[in-house]
Amino acid sequence: MIPAAFDYVRAESVDHAVALLGEHGDDAKLIAGGHSLLPMMKLRLAFPSVLVDVRTIAEASYVRVDGDVVAVGALTRHRDLVTSDVLRTEAPLISMAAAYVGDPQIRNRGTIGGSLAHADPAADLPAAVLASDATLVVQCADGRREIASGEFFTGYFETALDDSEMLVEIRVPRTGSNGAHYEKFTRRANDWAIVGVATVAGRVALANMGSAPLRATAVEAALAEGASVDDAAALAAENTSPVADMNADAVYRKHLARVLTRRALSAAVGV
Amino acid sequence: MTTSAPETESPRGSILGTRVQRLEDPEFLTTGAVYTEDLVDERLAGALRLTVVRSPIAHARIVAIDTTAAREAPGCVAVFTADELADPVDQRPPLPVYPAEMGQPLLAKGVVRFVGEPVVAVLTDERYQGEDAAELVDIEYDPLPAVVDPKDAERNETLLFPELGTNVCFASRPPDTPPPDVFADCEVVVTQEIMNQRVAVAPLEVRAGAAVWGDDGRVTAWIPNQGAQGTQGALARMLGVPVEQVRIITPAVGGAFGAKFGADPEHALVVLLARKLDRPVTWVESRSENMVAMTHGRAQVQTVTIGGTRDGRVTAYRLHVLQDSGAYPKFGGLLPTLTLMMAPAVYDIEHLQTSFVSVVTNTTPVGAYRGAGRPEATAAIERAIDMFAAEIGKDPAEVRRMNLLPAFTEPIRSKGGASYDSGDYQLALDTVLEAADYATLRAEQAARRERGETTQLGIGLSVYVEITGGGDESGPPKENATIEVHSDGSATILTGTSPHGQGHATVWAMLASEETGIPMERISVKWGDTDLVPEGGGTGGSRSLQQGGAAVRQASRELVDIAKAIAADKLEVSVDDLVVDHETAGLAVRGVPGSGVRFAELATEQELKVRSVFSAPGPTYPFGAHLAVAEVDVETGKARLVKLFALDDAGTVMNPLIAEGQRHGGLAQGAAQALLEEVLFDEDGNPTTNTLASYPIVSATELPSFDLVTTETPTPYNPLGAKGIGEAGTIGSTPAVQNAVIDAVAHLGVRHIDMPTSPMRVWTALNKELN
Amino acid sequence: MQVQITVNGEQHTDDVEPRLLLAHYLRDVCGLKATNIGCDTTSCGACTVHVDGEAVKSCTVLTVATDGAAVTTLEGLAPSTDDLHPVQRAFRAEHGLQCGFCTPGMVMAAAALVANNPDLTEAEVRAGLEGNLCRCTGYHNIVRAVLAAAREVSA
Repeated sequence: MIPAAFDYVRAESVDHAVALLGEHGDDAKLIAGGHSLLPMMKLRLAFPSVLVDVRTIAEASYVRVDGDVVAVGALTRHRDLVTSDVLRTEAPLISMAAAYVGDPQIRNRGTIGGSLAHADPAADLPAAVLASDATLVVQCADGRREIASGEFFTGYFETALDDSEMLVEIRVPRTGSNGAHYEKFTRRANDWAIVGVATVAGRVALANMGSAPLRATAVEAALAEGASVDDAAALAAENTSPVADMNADAVYRKHLARVLTRRALSAAVGV
Repeated sequence: MTTSAPETESPRGSILGTRVQRLEDPEFLTTGAVYTEDLVDERLAGALRLTVVRSPIAHARIVAIDTTAAREAPGCVAVFTADELADPVDQRPPLPVYPAEMGQPLLAKGVVRFVGEPVVAVLTDERYQGEDAAELVDIEYDPLPAVVDPKDAERNETLLFPELGTNVCFASRPPDTPPPDVFADCEVVVTQEIMNQRVAVAPLEVRAGAAVWGDDGRVTAWIPNQGAQGTQGALARMLGVPVEQVRIITPAVGGAFGAKFGADPEHALVVLLARKLDRPVTWVESRSENMVAMTHGRAQVQTVTIGGTRDGRVTAYRLHVLQDSGAYPKFGGLLPTLTLMMAPAVYDIEHLQTSFVSVVTNTTPVGAYRGAGRPEATAAIERAIDMFAAEIGKDPAEVRRMNLLPAFTEPIRSKGGASYDSGDYQLALDTVLEAADYATLRAEQAARRERGETTQLGIGLSVYVEITGGGDESGPPKENATIEVHSDGSATILTGTSPHGQGHATVWAMLASEETGIPMERISVKWGDTDLVPEGGGTGGSRSLQQGGAAVRQASRELVDIAKAIAADKLEVSVDDLVVDHETAGLAVRGVPGSGVRFAELATEQELKVRSVFSAPGPTYPFGAHLAVAEVDVETGKARLVKLFALDDAGTVMNPLIAEGQRHGGLAQGAAQALLEEVLFDEDGNPTTNTLASYPIVSATELPSFDLVTTETPTPYNPLGAKGIGEAGTIGSTPAVQNAVIDAVAHLGVRHIDMPTSPMRVWTALNKELN
Repeated sequence: MQVQITVNGEQHTDDVEPRLLLAHYLRDVCGLKATNIGCDTTSCGACTVHVDGEAVKSCTVLTVATDGAAVTTLEGLAPSTDDLHPVQRAFRAEHGLQCGFCTPGMVMAAAALVANNPDLTEAEVRAGLEGNLCRCTGYHNIVRAVLAAAREVSA
C-alpha cells in the first residue's frame, strides 16, 4: 500500500530530466502521470530510489501536424488524445485506443509516453502505436534518436529505452479518418485487454498475444495480396505464442485474435 | 393482516410505506461518515500502528523467524511472534461444532496453513513505517504439500491437522440404514456436479481496529462489525477476559455482507497488544491483505440428482454438498446445514435426500456472504429444474409451474425441515413472467435462432424462498429496543441491530414517529456501543426490520401506554379517553381540542423510557421469482446481462426507497457471481485474484438497471408483517442469470456451464458441442 | 519537502516526505477524512478528488507532485450545507448511497462527469463511473442520481 521511500526531483525541462537520469543511473525512474509506476511501487514490485517528475514539462505535451505525421508529445495525457481534433481527423487510431485506457480519472493523469515506456503487452496504446507504424523519438544526453515502433517494444515490460533516455515524441503517420479501428475484448469495461486488435491502413497489431504487442504480419500480407477480410483474419494467430491466464488459455486467445481481427478489419473498412 | 395507523385525533396518512429519504445522508454526503480509519479520539493519542506480516506460502512449517532487522527499523517499537505472545488465548474455532484443534491462532505457531495467515505483528509509531519494518522480517519456511481442491482434501492424503487424521471439520450424520433408491421409479433422471464457486466479499471498507486499555482495567475497542455484542463476546472469549472488561464501540461500517461478524485474529491482536504495550494500538489492513485474509464466500461443490415423470412432475431430488471451509473453519463450514434445509426450495417434491461434508483446505477461511448457504440451495435446484426441463423438452417456466408448492397463508413444513410462514410462489412466477413479457422474449429468442445470429438471447428463471431472521444458539429470534423521550421533545432509540448501510436510523425513526408523533428529525438512533446497548443480535441474516424494527414499534407503543397512564392521572381522565396526538407529539383527550399534554412535558417530570424485547415465533420466509435476459456472443462466448426482472416479496414494506436499495445490491452481487467473480488459487495454494485489479468485482458497466416488481404477502410472525429483504436479491438472481446464459446457447447443445459464465467457459462449452 | 497546496480554497504549507500519497495528505495532514481509501491498485475510486478541476484518484498521486495545485475534496464541493451541489442532492433524493464508503469518491467522480458532459445517457453514466466501485447499491440508484444531477446542471 505504501511505496518504499525515495527522493523526488521535479524536472524543469526534457534536458534537465535527461541530465538527472544520467546522474542517477538505474536508481532513477521517470514519473509522469504515475498511473503505471505508482501502482507497482505501492505493491513494492518496483522501488526506484529517485523519481524524476516530468509531468509538468509543458513543452512535452502537444499534438500537432508535422508534415506527413502527427507529432504527439510524450507527456500528452490520454484524455487529451481522446479529445484532440487533430488526432481524430488525422490519426484516429490513437484517439480510439486512448479512450479505452483505464477510466476517466486515470485518463486525466496518464500519458502516452508513460504508457509506452511501461510497455505492458496488454495495454492499448502500445498496440495502437505499433499498428500505426509510428516512430518514437527519444532524447538522451547526446541528443535525439528515432526508434521505429517495431523495434521499440522488446519484451515483457521492456523497451529499447536505456536508463538514461526519455521518450519525448511519438510521430504517427497521418492516415485520415478512414480505415482505423481498435477492438478490445474484456470481461469488464475498464480491464486490460484479454486480446486487443488495432488496425489502420492495412496494418494490424495485437495486444496481449505475446510478451510484447506484435504485428499480425500474416494478416497484413494476405490483405496486401487482396485476400478477403475473413480469409486474412483467419491468419491472425500465426506466429503467436500467447500466455494462458485466468481469463484465457492459449487456444482461446488465438481464437479471439482471429475473431477480433475480422471484426476490427470489417469495422475499419466500414463494413 | 395489514399495519393500521394507530388511532389518532385527526385522520392522517401513515409515514410507513412511504419513500422517506435517509436521515443519515446529510453527513455521509458532506463530511463523510466516521469510519474506524477516520477516528480522531484523544483516547487514541500516541497510538501504535500494527502491521501484520503474513504467510506468502499456503502450507509450510515455520523453521525460523528473524526479527532483528525489523526491530531496528525507524519507528519500530515492538515485534511479536507467536512464541512471544505468551498470553493465554482461547484459540478454539468460533463454533463448537468443529474439532477444537482447528482453531486459528492469533499468530501462526509452527505451521502456516494459508497464504495470508498472520505470522508476525510489527508495531511502529507511524503508519508509513509499518510496511518498511514488516519488510525486514525474515522468515524461513519449509514447504509442505498444499491441498487446494476440496475434493482432494476429502481424500485425506495431505492433512492440515495431522493429529486429527482427517480434513473433515463437520458433516451430516450418515443415515442409520441405507437410504432407499428414490430415483428407481423415475422415468427421467438427471445428475450434475455443480460448482458454486468461491467469491470474495470485498466490502469497500477493509477490516480495521483500534483499542486502548483504561486504568479501570477495561479495554475500549473500535471495530467495524455487524453486531458489537457478538464482537465483544468473541474478543472476551479469545482473550480469556470477562465480557464486562470489554467495551466495543462501532464506528460507521463501510459494508460487511456477512464477513464482519464477531472478531478476527487481527482484532484480538490489536486488543492484546494494546494491553501488553500499555499504549493504544490501531490497525487498518490493505486491500491486498483483505482479499486473502478476510473470509470468502460460497465455495461448494454440489452434486444434484433430480428425477420425475416424462411429462414434468418432479418426484425426487438429492443434493450432496462438499463445502470448502478454507484453512480454519469459520461460518462457512456450517452453512451447508442451511443449504440442506432450504434444498427443496419452493417445490413440492415427494422425496428429498441431502447430505454434506465440510473440509479444510490450504486456502483463505470461508465465512458468511450475503445469503450464507441459501443462495447455494436455490442455485442448485434452479439449475436442476432447468436441466430436467431440457431433458424432457419442456418449457422451464411450465415445469416450475407444475411443481411449485400451492399458495399458503398458514405455516407449512417443508421437506427440508423449515416452517415456511406464508407464500404464493405461483403468483410470484406468473407476475414476473408477465412483467418480463415472457412470450415476446421467447419469440425473439426463436427468431434469432432461426436467423443463426451471432448474438443469441437467453432467458433464465428462478423461483425462490429464503429463510430470514432465524434465532441463534441462545434461543428463538428476538431483539431489544429502548426508547426515551427527552424534555426538549427529542427522543433517543437504542437498538440491538447494527446497520451498515441499511438505513435503520431512518426506518426506526419512522416507526417511532408513527407511534408518537415525534418528528423523525428529532429522533436519534444509537447502536453498537456495548456500554449503551449490552444486548443485541446485530445485523445479518436479514433479521433487523422484522425483529429490531418490531422491537422499536413495541417499545414505542409501551412508552405511549406508560405515558397514557401518567397523563390519565394528571388530567384526571380515563386511559381509554386518551389518543396519540401527532400534531403536538403527545396525548390528547378524545374530542377535547387543546386538552392534552406533550410527551416532552411528561418527560420533565419523570423519566419516560421503555426497554422492550420483541420475540418472534420463528424465522420468516420471503420469496420471489427472478427472470434474467442475457445475450451471448456465440463467437467469443461473452455474455451480457441485458435485463433482470426481480419480484421479491418480503411482506409489508416500511420504506420502499430503502427496500429497493437492498434489492438492487443483492441483485448486483448475485449477478456478479453468475457472470464474473471467482476467487482463484493455483495448485500450490497461491491466490491469483488477490487485488481489485485481478478480481473482477462487478462495476457499473456490466449491469443494467433492474426491473423490480413488488408484492407484499405479510407474515403473521411480527406486527409489522415484515420479512427480511437484505439477502433475497442474491438468492434469486444468481441462478436466473446463470440459467439465462446457458439458455442462450442451449439450442447448440449446451446443457450446463458452471459459474462464473466467463467468455472462455461459454466458448469452451460451445466448442465441445460443435466438435 | 515543502509543498504549498490549496485545499478547498484554503492554502496549506507543509513539509512532507516524497512518498506521502495525496489521499493520506488530505486525510492525515489536512484532517479531511471524507476521502476514503478502498484498495491498493487504483481500482475502486473511493479516493477520487478534484485536482485543478479534474477528477483524479488521490491514492495514486504524490503530494509532492501536487505542489502549487488546487484540490477539492467532498468537504469542499458545496458552498455550504444549505447550498449543496446538484450531485449531492440527487444522491440523497435517489438513495444513491448505503454504507457511504464509496460515496465521497463516487460523488466527486460524478460531479466531474456532469460538469463536462451536458447530455448524459445511462450508458455514458455507467462508462463514466467505470473507475468507481460500489458493493452496496448495485449502481442502479447511483445512475439515477447522476442522470438527475446532469438534467439539473444542463437545464
